[in-house]
Amino acid sequence: MTVEQAEHAAKMSVRNLSVYYSAKPALSGVTLDVRQNEVLAVFGPANSGTTTFLRSLNRLCEIDHSVRIEGEVFLDGASIYSPEVAVTEIRRKIGMVFEVPTPLPMSIFDNIAYGPRMNGIKSKAALDRAVEEALRMAALWDEVKDRLAGPAARLSGGQQQRLCIARVLAMKPEVILLDRSCSGLDPVSTAKVEESLRQLAKEFTIVIAPHNVQQAGRIADRVAFLLTGKLIEQGVTAQVFTNPSDKRTSDYIEGRFG
Amino acid sequence: MKLTPRNSEKLARTVVWSAAFGVIGLLFFIMAYILIKGTPSLNWQFLTQNPSDMGRSGGIFSTIIGTLMVTAVAIVVATPLGVGTAFYLTEYTREGPVTRIIRFSAESLAGIPSIVYGLFGFIFFVMYLGLGWSVLSGGLTLAVMILPTIIRTSEEAILTVPRMYREVSFSLGGTRWQTISGVVFRTALPGISTGVILGIGRSVAETAAVILTAGSSLRMPTSLFSPARTMAVHFYILAREGISMERAYGTAALMIILILLINIGANVLVNKFVARGR
Repeated sequence: MTVEQAEHAAKMSVRNLSVYYSAKPALSGVTLDVRQNEVLAVFGPANSGTTTFLRSLNRLCEIDHSVRIEGEVFLDGASIYSPEVAVTEIRRKIGMVFEVPTPLPMSIFDNIAYGPRMNGIKSKAALDRAVEEALRMAALWDEVKDRLAGPAARLSGGQQQRLCIARVLAMKPEVILLDRSCSGLDPVSTAKVEESLRQLAKEFTIVIAPHNVQQAGRIADRVAFLLTGKLIEQGVTAQVFTNPSDKRTSDYIEGRFG
Repeated sequence: MKLTPRNSEKLARTVVWSAAFGVIGLLFFIMAYILIKGTPSLNWQFLTQNPSDMGRSGGIFSTIIGTLMVTAVAIVVATPLGVGTAFYLTEYTREGPVTRIIRFSAESLAGIPSIVYGLFGFIFFVMYLGLGWSVLSGGLTLAVMILPTIIRTSEEAILTVPRMYREVSFSLGGTRWQTISGVVFRTALPGISTGVILGIGRSVAETAAVILTAGSSLRMPTSLFSPARTMAVHFYILAREGISMERAYGTAALMIILILLINIGANVLVNKFVARGR
């Protein structure tokens, strides 16, 4: 295979990926690499396919029965859509943080321990350790360490979103997907979340659908611009932002549409 | 008077308020009437002695036990079947002809008069399966009768669980069953328990279906295969045959208190379970 060389450098490789919802295309022939330990921002106006792109990286789009997927996605060179692969295993390795903060209706501790418990970890000591570690990495530990047994729903929006990040981190994933995860947050909370993302990028590979162009510019190493399900342009952030090669990219970045 | 927005608001408010208070008033009137008529005959002997002389004297102990046994069989059989069906309909299958047939059947079953269930129970459990007039026949018949209620209320409860909870659980590598047992079930539990409580209420209160399947023996039931008389049947026979109206009211009062206690108990249990971390 000719793509094999490229795949060695890439953490995830997307090859000619198309996704249809009841025959309506949401993504058409996207080919894109996600490199190890980078922050890749996939951005575009509403309905451009960024959410679908993220959801096809961890096979979450499959829970919609009407969906049809063509093309290939590789994680460390192995196809994630091959029939032998357990989808639960893929989702454990590729965690996801959603647009709306979604604490489960249980305590802070149980939220973070939810994934490890499903993974078969039962010992109290191991769970305690996993929860503290995850909360520290998400920069939430100091704010919640005294009320771990309290309900997660009573945290503020920004805290809830960092809780969701911690919940993903507790799975010890390799890749983290963030789907407009700051869109409902105030600027201060957004800054806090972005700060923890920058820290996390040292250890994880991150793919983010930013909630606006500025956020892509602030935190991404590389960016990919999608428009109506097609990949228009990709490259190093500074390059794409200062000197885009496609007119549509510059128009969108400069705010002429979208 | 012209029907201005202001006046129509007043009118609507009056109608809605009087409807609500009318209903509450009626309910309290019935409850108060029965409790006032019934509580004088409630005493320790009445609760702990078995009936004698057709119920003219003695207590109603064996009918309390009969009620509890028949209701327990009905709930133990109907809850897993009903909740299981609801989870199948909502989580394990797509909308299609099969789900529509199941839903339509459940809805049709819910509208059938209880005497028809009694007749079915008599023919199928009592005669065909040879279970005779027994706690088991009665309980199984009631289970069939309350199944549609449990399916419908459980389904409604499961459907109100936010979709995002499921997505979160799946995205953390959960299987369908882990998702159901880990987050969907506990979130839907208050609604599911409402259906079960409704089922308990209907089982305790049922007469026609029970007379035909559990019989009306006044002797203390000793096993699932003994015939039994429930409190509702006892009340019916006491009143219908003019044996003792005081004792009939006493039985009715105790039934109301029992259903109230079951409601409170179930609520306390559910709140305890749900409150963990909410």
